[in-house]
This record gives sequence, structure tokens and C-alpha cells, in this order.
Amino acid sequence: MTTTADRSRSRSQTAPPRRFDWTLLLAVLGVAGLLALSLVTGVYDIAGADDGAEMFGITRVPRTIALVLAGAAMAMSGLVMQLLTQNRFVEPSTTGTTEWAGLGLLAALVLFPSSSILVKMACAVVAAFFGTMVFFAFLRRVSVRSSLIVPIVGIMLGAVVSSISTFFALQTDMLQNLGVWFAGSFTSVIKGQYEVLWVVAVVAVAVFVLADRLTVAGLGEDVATNVGLNYRRIMLIGTGLVAIATGVVTVVVGNLPFLGLIVPNVVSMFRGDNLRSNLPWVCLLGIAIVTACDLLGRVIIMPFEVPVSLILGVLGAAVFIVLLLRKRRYG
Amino acid sequence: MAEPPVRTPANNNEGPPSATGPTGAQPRSRAITRVPAPAGRGSGPFATPKHRRRYWFAFGALALAALFFAGALLWYGNPMPVDDPAFWLIAERRATSVFVMLVVAICQGLATVAFQTVTNNRILTPSIMGFESLYMVIQTGTLFFFGATALIGFRGLWQFSLQVALMMALALLLYTWLLSGRFANLQIMLLVGIIIGGGLGSVSTFMQRLLTPSDFDLLTARMFGSVNNADPSTFPVAIPIVVVAAALLVLRSRRLNAIALGRDIAVNLGISHKRELIINLTLISALMAVSTSLVGPLTFLGFLVATLAYQLAPTYDHRYVFPMAALTGFVVLTGAYFIMNHVFYAQGVVGIIIELVGGLAFLVVILKRGRL
Repeated sequence: MTTTADRSRSRSQTAPPRRFDWTLLLAVLGVAGLLALSLVTGVYDIAGADDGAEMFGITRVPRTIALVLAGAAMAMSGLVMQLLTQNRFVEPSTTGTTEWAGLGLLAALVLFPSSSILVKMACAVVAAFFGTMVFFAFLRRVSVRSSLIVPIVGIMLGAVVSSISTFFALQTDMLQNLGVWFAGSFTSVIKGQYEVLWVVAVVAVAVFVLADRLTVAGLGEDVATNVGLNYRRIMLIGTGLVAIATGVVTVVVGNLPFLGLIVPNVVSMFRGDNLRSNLPWVCLLGIAIVTACDLLGRVIIMPFEVPVSLILGVLGAAVFIVLLLRKRRYG
Repeated sequence: MAEPPVRTPANNNEGPPSATGPTGAQPRSRAITRVPAPAGRGSGPFATPKHRRRYWFAFGALALAALFFAGALLWYGNPMPVDDPAFWLIAERRATSVFVMLVVAICQGLATVAFQTVTNNRILTPSIMGFESLYMVIQTGTLFFFGATALIGFRGLWQFSLQVALMMALALLLYTWLLSGRFANLQIMLLVGIIIGGGLGSVSTFMQRLLTPSDFDLLTARMFGSVNNADPSTFPVAIPIVVVAAALLVLRSRRLNAIALGRDIAVNLGISHKRELIINLTLISALMAVSTSLVGPLTFLGFLVATLAYQLAPTYDHRYVFPMAALTGFVVLTGAYFIMNHVFYAQGVVGIIIELVGGLAFLVVILKRGRL
């Protein structure tokens, strides 16, 4: 073990860290343990009851898969958005993307009330894409003097969009419904309801494939164009991937606040900014945080559940503030 | 300092001095080249007499509109004849609403203009700083933990004072904690306020989720700003706070003018920047706390009002922008309520419609302006 540690230390000084090493394996094992814990945690007695195995397949397995997919997708979305905007404080919930997805979902619920989940999802994805493009267009047109103004504007943009959603929800008597849709929770994730979430697995693969190009895009338009990257196209693809992930997760699970913000920041605090080698870590940490928060929500007031968004919201706010104060101290 | 009327007659009659010649079309450069002008007392609040006329014209027009809408709200559609005692009962009730609109207009208008100056950013509004989320948590929590009767009972003087005190405490905690010390940073303070608001928002969303639909309907009425939420019995606390805070802000106009030039210039002019920041933010939070506790959350009213006021008042002097903002706010509120009540019969959603218009104005403004 000591030789491994020594070697990794010396390697970090000479060459960029390799993508796979022992710590990553340990992290994978840790996340696997959390997921196993998620599989066995719950009110229903899986082992004792007669239909235990059946219930296990209907609720526990889908829920755990959903945790993996949503956690990884939102963490990676945050990372991609931070690269594309060159701003560490940007993620789907601080740019209004989540609120746009919610508006799209609401439009689908009002206009086509009996439509399938795929139609609702498509509406949410289109709205999320549009909203993210509005935000990016705004960032391109507006010269920002400070990186901290960007999330403030994004949050206000989100407030505008959610006030529009609230207005329509109030007119159509769906305000409380809307609250339930938005509050991220894995309670309703059961067999037959979550399968569309597999779409975000495609997004995750795409991000892995595009990792280097996204990193170059993160150096800015001039540098990226200089090294032969089609900057506008990679921006569009990146935004599209984020929109798909955010839209799908919003429809199936709901809003997972701050996840995309905390995970990439924490990873880069410990490992620097090499996207390719950080990506697995971002995925794993995203999964681990969502799973841990969900487990906490499940056991804290058993036999009832606290939605994961509440725990993420409170915990995420605390971590975000710590990150901000760190920036305040070290610039 | 130069009072507005202090202009030499020569200037007033002949327009800008001919020295400004080719650049005369741009008010800003004219103000700069005016410095050696005959007046000799610096450039006044208005760059040109034309701007001053425009200001007073807009002010007069708004005042007339305010009188018209306020009177219309009081008299229009009153079912009783004027000589009937019942007429005065109805008029009195309506007068309370109009008075609340005035208070809210002063709070939101002054607070937003001052906030935008202090933060040096014209697209922010102080209500995002967690006041509304705190209000929502207090209201939702009352309903959640103590039931519907407690929420209905949560209206008196003491409850109001408690709510205002809590909001002020949160604000003061943020300012004193984050604006003092070596690493003071205004933007980080803003973000921390917003993030705390977001965390509180998650908590109230969770509680709302567990409410029965009938309880939730009760809460819905408090979730949106509406002058009908205001309780006259809270005036003895609310009005002194508003009067004192507003008066202090207006008295600090000249310092705000200096702060508007940016931190470095303000310090150069002898302003203790951090001290002014904390004083102004405290006054702003007092106004916002009263407004939010009185009528509920109005996120974009302040933004809308301040943006309109800047358009209508062609000056950077706060002594002129403040009254314009308060008056604009009053006209927006009375106008919206009059039109919604008597033209569209959409009584319940006036606050939300103002929010929508304000929100759309926000989107248009950020996309049209090339800078922050």
C-alpha cells in the first residue's frame, strides 16, 4: 500500500494522474456498499414477506438504479455547464435550467393532460434547452465583471420562470401538484415509471466521449477555435446534453438542488482540473451523495420519508456557503 | 451643494454652453464639459434644463395618475350613494388598501433603488436576499406545526413584530458576518443570502407537500403579495419603521450619490464605504421586512419600479430618483389594482400579474443591456 501511495505522489508531480488507480477502485467499492445499503433499506420486509423478492424487483432495484442515473447525470451536467461558462458557480439550478424544465413539464400537463411520460419529457427537455440557451446568450451578450454575478443573475432568471409556472399552476389549480413534481424525491420511482431515466445513461456516455473537447471548450472560444475545435457546435452539443439530463431527471425525479454545483467543486478541490481523470470521480461522488441523502431521508422519520431534495437543499446550501467563504478567503 | 434651481439664467435660456459644441448631443459628456461653466458650482442633478423639465413633467404626470387611480379605487363602483353612512364605511376600508399600497410603494421603491446603488448593479432586487423564503418558512411552519387556526390568528401586532424582527435579524447577521473583517465581499454576501433563501425554500416546499389541500389553499392566499393581506392593527409598528427608514435613506441621498460612483471613487471622496454599506443595507432590510410581512412576497415589483424610475428620472441624483421610484410604485400598484378589479375582474391575482410583468421586464432589460 505504501508503495502505491508513494508512486501516486511522485506521479502527480511528473505526469497527469492516470484515469484508474487504487483510490478509484476503493471509491467504487464504497459507492457499491452504499447502493447495497440502499437495496436493503426500507419499511417493507423484503426477506421475511412472501412476496419479498417481487417487491424487491418492483421498488428497491428501480430506486437504486434511479439513484445511480440521476446522481451521475446531475453531477456531470453541473461539470459540463461549469466548463462551458468558465464559471465555477454554475449548474442547472443556478442558471434557471431546472425551472425551465419545470415550465415545459407544466405546459405538457396543461396542454396534453393525458399524454405519456415521453411527451412530457420531450416538452421539459425542449424548454430546458431553450432556457439554457437564453442564459448562454445572455452571458455572451453581457460583459460580466465578476464571476459571482453570473449565478445571481441565473437565480433571478429562474425566479422569473418559476413565477410564470406558478401563475399558470394557480390558474389551472395545480399549484400543490407542481410542488410535488418539483420536489426531488425517489419515492415514486418504481418499476414501469423510471425506465426513461436510462436516457441519461446515454448522456453520461456522450460526456465521457466528448470529455477532451469539452475541456478545450472550457478554455474559451479563442483558444478552442485556435486549436481547431468547432466551438459553437460543441457549445450546442454540451447544452443539449445538459438539457436532456436536466429535463429527464426533472420529469422523473424532480429538482435535485446544488448537486451539480457541489460535486465538481469538491472533486476539483482535491484533484485539480483534469476533466478526463475527474469524470469518474464526479460520477461516483454524485451517486454517493444522492444515495446517502436518500438513505438519510428514508431512515430519519421511518416509516415515512423525507424527500431527497430537502436534505440536498439544506446540506447543499451549507456546502455551497462553505465553498463561497473559501473563495472569499483564497480568491 | 447645488440645489436644483441653482442655474444661471444664461444657462437656462441659452441651453448648453457653446463650448460643448459637437458633443452636445450626449448628455453625459455635456455634464463633464460643463464643469468650468459659468455656474461655477459643479454640475447639478440634471445634465441639461431639458432633462429637468422632463423630470418634472414625468413627476407631474405620475402624480396626476396616482391621484386619479387612488380616487378611482376609493369611489368607483361604490354601491352606496355619497350621503349614505355606509358609503364612508366602504370608503374607509378601501382607503386602508390605498394606504397600504402607498406604504408598499415607498418600501419597495426606495429599498430597491438604494440596493441597486449599494450593490452597483441595476438588475438586482433586495427581495431575493432570503426575505421571502424566510417569510414563506414562517407562514408555512405556522400552518404546519400549529394548524389552520394558528395561521389565521397569525396576524396581530406581536406576530407582525416578531416576523419583522426575525427578518431584520437574518439580514443583520449576514451583513455583520460577511461584510466585516479582512475578506469582506459584497457579492459573496449576496450569494450567501440567496443560497440561505434557497435552503429555506426547500424546507417550506417540503412542509407544503404534506399539507392537506384545504390547508394548502389557505396558505396560497399568503404566498402571493396582495394588499388584502395587510392587517391595519400592525400599522403602529409598521408605519414608524417605514417613516424612519425611508427618511434616513432619503437623508443619505448625497452619500449614495457618491457610492454610486464605485467603491474607489467613494473612498476617495471621503466616504467610509463599508460603514455606509452596512447602514444602507440595514435600512433597506427594514423596509423590505416591513413590506414582505405586510403584504407578502413581491419579488419583481421593486425591480419593475426602479427600472421605470430610472427611465423617468434622467438623473443620477438619489434626491430625485427616490421620490420618482416611490411615486412610480404607487401608480403601478393603484393602477394594477384598479384595472384588475374594475376592468378585468381578476381580483385575486393582481400581485401575481405585477410579478409577471416585472419578471418579463427583467428578462427584456438583461438582454437589452450590454453590461451589468
